[in-house]
Amino acid sequence: MKRFLFVAVIALIGGLGAFLFFSREGPHKPLAQRFDSHAKQIAHGEYLARAGDCLACHTSRGGEAYAGGLPIPTPFGTFHVPNITPDAQTGIGTWTADDFWRALHEGRSRDGSLLYPAFPYTNYTKVTRADADDLFAYLQSLKPVHNPRRPHDLSFPYDQRKMLIGWRALYFRSGEYENDKSQSDEWNRGAYLVSGLGHCDACHSQRNLLGAVANDAKSAGALIPMQNWYAPSLTSNREAGLGDWDIGEVVELLKTGVAERGAVFGPMAAVVQHSLQHLTQADIAAMVMYLKSQAQEDGLPEPDQIRVSAKQGEELTRKGAKLYAKHCADCHQRRGEGVPRIYPPLVNNQAILMRYPINSIRIVVNGGFAPSTAGNPRPYGMPPFAQDLSDEEIAAVVSYIRQSWGNHAPAVSPTEVANARGLPVE
Amino acid sequence: MTVLRLVFATLLVLFAGSLPLGAAGPIPATVPDTMEQRLLACVTCHGKNGEGAQKSETYPRLAGKADGYLYNQLLSFRDGRRVYPAMNYLLNHLSDDYLREIAQYYSRLQTPYPAPVSGAPQAVLARGEGLVMKGDAARNLPACSDCHGKALAGTAPFIPGLVGLSPSYIRQQIGAWRARNRHAAEPDCMAKVASLLSTEEISAVTVWLVAQPVPTGPAPAAGTALKLPMDCGSVPQR
Repeated sequence: MKRFLFVAVIALIGGLGAFLFFSREGPHKPLAQRFDSHAKQIAHGEYLARAGDCLACHTSRGGEAYAGGLPIPTPFGTFHVPNITPDAQTGIGTWTADDFWRALHEGRSRDGSLLYPAFPYTNYTKVTRADADDLFAYLQSLKPVHNPRRPHDLSFPYDQRKMLIGWRALYFRSGEYENDKSQSDEWNRGAYLVSGLGHCDACHSQRNLLGAVANDAKSAGALIPMQNWYAPSLTSNREAGLGDWDIGEVVELLKTGVAERGAVFGPMAAVVQHSLQHLTQADIAAMVMYLKSQAQEDGLPEPDQIRVSAKQGEELTRKGAKLYAKHCADCHQRRGEGVPRIYPPLVNNQAILMRYPINSIRIVVNGGFAPSTAGNPRPYGMPPFAQDLSDEEIAAVVSYIRQSWGNHAPAVSPTEVANARGLPVE
Repeated sequence: MTVLRLVFATLLVLFAGSLPLGAAGPIPATVPDTMEQRLLACVTCHGKNGEGAQKSETYPRLAGKADGYLYNQLLSFRDGRRVYPAMNYLLNHLSDDYLREIAQYYSRLQTPYPAPVSGAPQAVLARGEGLVMKGDAARNLPACSDCHGKALAGTAPFIPGLVGLSPSYIRQQIGAWRARNRHAAEPDCMAKVASLLSTEEISAVTVWLVAQPVPTGPAPAAGTALKLPMDCGSVPQR
């Protein structure tokens, strides 16, 4: 019954969408030549592809760049990412710049069919026509790779592409980024990159049941579905809001993967490695400046975790102190002060104090390296503790870290650790 | 002059000692700028000196293995040709250059080998020795020693040593190749070799290999004149 109702609601939304549907935009006006050579246009397109981190989704693990094939599991089923090399049969070799623009700007494929918003056209619609053309020129300059695409493997009703008409009516407005005249050029450049190609809010926003980002959830932090990493809020200074960060410090973090106050890890390590480290200092600074202006002071985030009684919390923390001295203090130092750019500090490190403890738990369970970048080519590593420590011990040490040296975050339940242990690592 | 210097030094020490410790913050810890320190993440499983875990089937010895082999394995884990989630995850964001350096670091480690494991029946050992050192021409099965070196310590730079590994690791890896769970660059010669071996033969090869005493610090054989009995994608032929 519930399922029937759900389908009925979706169908209704679909109908509503069809009603509200607008006609496609007309052909664009030809642009003045902005580059004195085709090579320069391609180089700019390559830069934009980095800014959009197109590689991250359009390349399978160990596969040829941009040849697609990566399966992306979502709550709606698995998307198989298409090949965007200029192969005529399996890629976008027969596409025109207009086709490409329509995909980016309107979320429509060459044949007019609607694209699933797993392709973040809700962000890419903000990209200017000129940038879209450069990006297209770059993709067309790649070596064509023959890699037939697999159809998406989605569950009903999400496999009904026409449903997207309704979805778009509710959640999508096409339109290039428009400068906010009350702000500086630098701020606008940052906003353009963050909200457009950078598609930061694709991970940092909680999605609703239909996979869309509601306006009030924009960049307010989200547990990334299926990946189970928490992408912290970019608007709250309690999490990854940049209000009390120095711009230079964040530029260093995003360009090199490490800074005095911490390191990037999990999916963000990939973003730094494949995308952000390749952007100019000026562009990163602009993005940081914009993000800093979005950050707000607010109260402690409401913890979203399994509750631990006060008594159990105390026991865990006491046990955790001993474990910390034995396993962690050599690198992170006795009072969690860390070593700048090598071993992240644990004192007053927002990454450890966020509303979901999942990231801290996963780092203890699986260990990890900061990404190799031009600025930090040989990162120091953290060992995985999955085989050395029990669920209770890991809960104890994470609880201790979250409650020591001025840190105030709730203790962590061993059950939470047991759940994290079972997660696939990516 | 010396006295003056002494007085000056004493004053300096006194002055430094009188500074409240908290004033300049804690003295930053110095972290050795070494590969050993960087790779502490690997110690839990592969041991402090790359010796591996003898009882474990999944944590092999790394010390002294040919660097090209180690590099290929690191690439394979990072790029998903070899599947072991903990390794796939740890290497996910590391560059080719860094992986090459990691491989070189382990290949240079001179770590004592474990004592031989004996006790298998003579007939099984004889069968294992025959397969390892002579192969089986009737089945086009090359000897292990054709590629892995007469001393089975590997052949530089791409072919690993077979000595000093745990029996469960050897068994598991040959099994994984046979089941097509482990992959190397095509043509994948080890997949072909493994497909020719029966379970009993894998066992015989394993028990003979682990029964061999290993001389201290066997170096991989020089690979310059190596003529492989079959095509191997991991070993580019000049």
